[in-house]
Amino acid sequence: MIKVEGLSKRYARHVAVDNISFEIEKGKIVGFLGPNGAGKTTTMRILTCFMPPSSGMAEVAGFNVMDSPMEVKKRIGYLPETPPLYPEMEVGEYLQFVGKLKGLSGNDLAKRVADVSDRCNVAEVSKKLIAKLSKGYKQRVGLAQAIIHNPEVLILDEPTSGLDPKQILETRDLIKSLAGDHTIILSTHILPEVEQTCESVIIISQGHVVARDSVENLTSRLRGSETVAVEVEPRSGELDTAVVQAKLEQVAGVSRVVYRDTKAGRSHFEVESLQCRPVRAELARAVVESGWNLNELRGVNLSLEDIFLQLTNTDQAASGGAK
Amino acid sequence: MRNILTICSKEMNSYFRSPIAYGLMAFFGLVTGWFFYIATAYFVQNSMKASMMGGGGPMNVNEYVVRPVLMNISVIGLFIIPMITMRLFAEEKRSGTIELLVTSPITDLEIILGKWLSALMMYCAILAVPVLNLMVLFAFGKPDWKPMFVGIFGLILQGGALLALGSFISNTTKNQIVAGVGTFAVCLMLWVLDWVSSFESSAWAKVISYMSVVAHYEPFSKGIIDTKDVIFYLSMIFFGLFLTARSMESLRWRS
Repeated sequence: MIKVEGLSKRYARHVAVDNISFEIEKGKIVGFLGPNGAGKTTTMRILTCFMPPSSGMAEVAGFNVMDSPMEVKKRIGYLPETPPLYPEMEVGEYLQFVGKLKGLSGNDLAKRVADVSDRCNVAEVSKKLIAKLSKGYKQRVGLAQAIIHNPEVLILDEPTSGLDPKQILETRDLIKSLAGDHTIILSTHILPEVEQTCESVIIISQGHVVARDSVENLTSRLRGSETVAVEVEPRSGELDTAVVQAKLEQVAGVSRVVYRDTKAGRSHFEVESLQCRPVRAELARAVVESGWNLNELRGVNLSLEDIFLQLTNTDQAASGGAK
Repeated sequence: MRNILTICSKEMNSYFRSPIAYGLMAFFGLVTGWFFYIATAYFVQNSMKASMMGGGGPMNVNEYVVRPVLMNISVIGLFIIPMITMRLFAEEKRSGTIELLVTSPITDLEIILGKWLSALMMYCAILAVPVLNLMVLFAFGKPDWKPMFVGIFGLILQGGALLALGSFISNTTKNQIVAGVGTFAVCLMLWVLDWVSSFESSAWAKVISYMSVVAHYEPFSKGIIDTKDVIFYLSMIFFGLFLTARSMESLRWRS
């Protein structure tokens, strides 16, 4: 549905997007992930024909953004970072206007306006001025605007930024419900969002694609080995952490044991296992058989956040990832 | 065409939803009304004097009222133009709504024409106030309507030309104030350019004074449609809209 090959965008002083390539199949939700300034918005703007690329090519639904921008625009719904709303218009009126811009008319237009108002839950504010809406409603009107002409491709630039947690959940559900009919690209720098909403993810940093895969694959590929946090408590007296550490290291499949700290008599260790070796049962037995109490045995999941930081390990990425 | 009308009606809507339209109409009505009052009062007094003295025919309303009033409107119009055009593109660029327009399946030209047309209609709506004043003359006298309508036609042409330049200036910035001040400066310059002709008669002075907008309006105020002036205004409209289109395109390359 979307095909990008060797796409670059150069400005006078810097390169925003540097030779990126990817492909997105029909009906998928793809997360476009990267720190601020990584080139997400630029890529999206090229796909929506807002600006032409410096080199390379991008195709949407088989149409090239340079050669047939009108055909591409007809097939794309776009929600920029700040929803493009006219504060002096009423919601219903605004949706009508956008519908007309996208080429709808007559009965079709009225039907689509009613349809998207329902879908995005803005029907009850259709007579309200956009200026008077809350941020959450504005975002929903923005989404309604993007899907009004039932586009094949939906491009959403940070659709949940600045919303409260409840609104974020609602927006994510709405986006998920749109998958299937629409191919969706969603940019964000909020990592859990990608884990929760998207099927696959493209990580971009400083204008380069640094990883692209499904969310599960990416997590497991980069995880390599499993890390387990262990909390051990002596039944009586003091615990010799060196002894515990040695004991844990003897368990089959363990590659490394790191002693963290002791708080209120409870010692914490982090145990790394070799790839694909389940070690938790063995760890538990070793601790209990040595006469200690096992208070906690918890797998430490390498989150997308860690992967992200690993992949985009630069100062800029660190500041972006910390958000 | 349909897209042009969509953009145009949206713009008209936002003019009349905000206080801009009413403020401008009130301001323009007040100032032009004052000039109209002075011109008519002067005319009434003088024609009474003339009839008491006897001699000569009746004074010409067109010559003594309509024409000076039209000339005044033409100049005061220069102050109105920046206020109409300053928000046209600058506001869309500031709020980001330009992204919606540019990523919709309509051409840049349709956006520009729609916006320019709405500005022109807004200008005509504002012009309607002083034109109503002139209509009052029909109730009390017998002015010749043809030169009057030529004058109004000329005002619209002049407005269209300056509005096209204003659209261009609004397109170059995100800041309404900058757009407004810039347009105002250009309008003012285009007005006073021909003052140079009063003391210079070399070729360059002729060229410069030829570019003066108000000088080209003068024949219209007398009721003369000169193709030279019509072509001047039309080419200025074309030039302004052309620059706007170029500026839109550069926005895509730079942004």
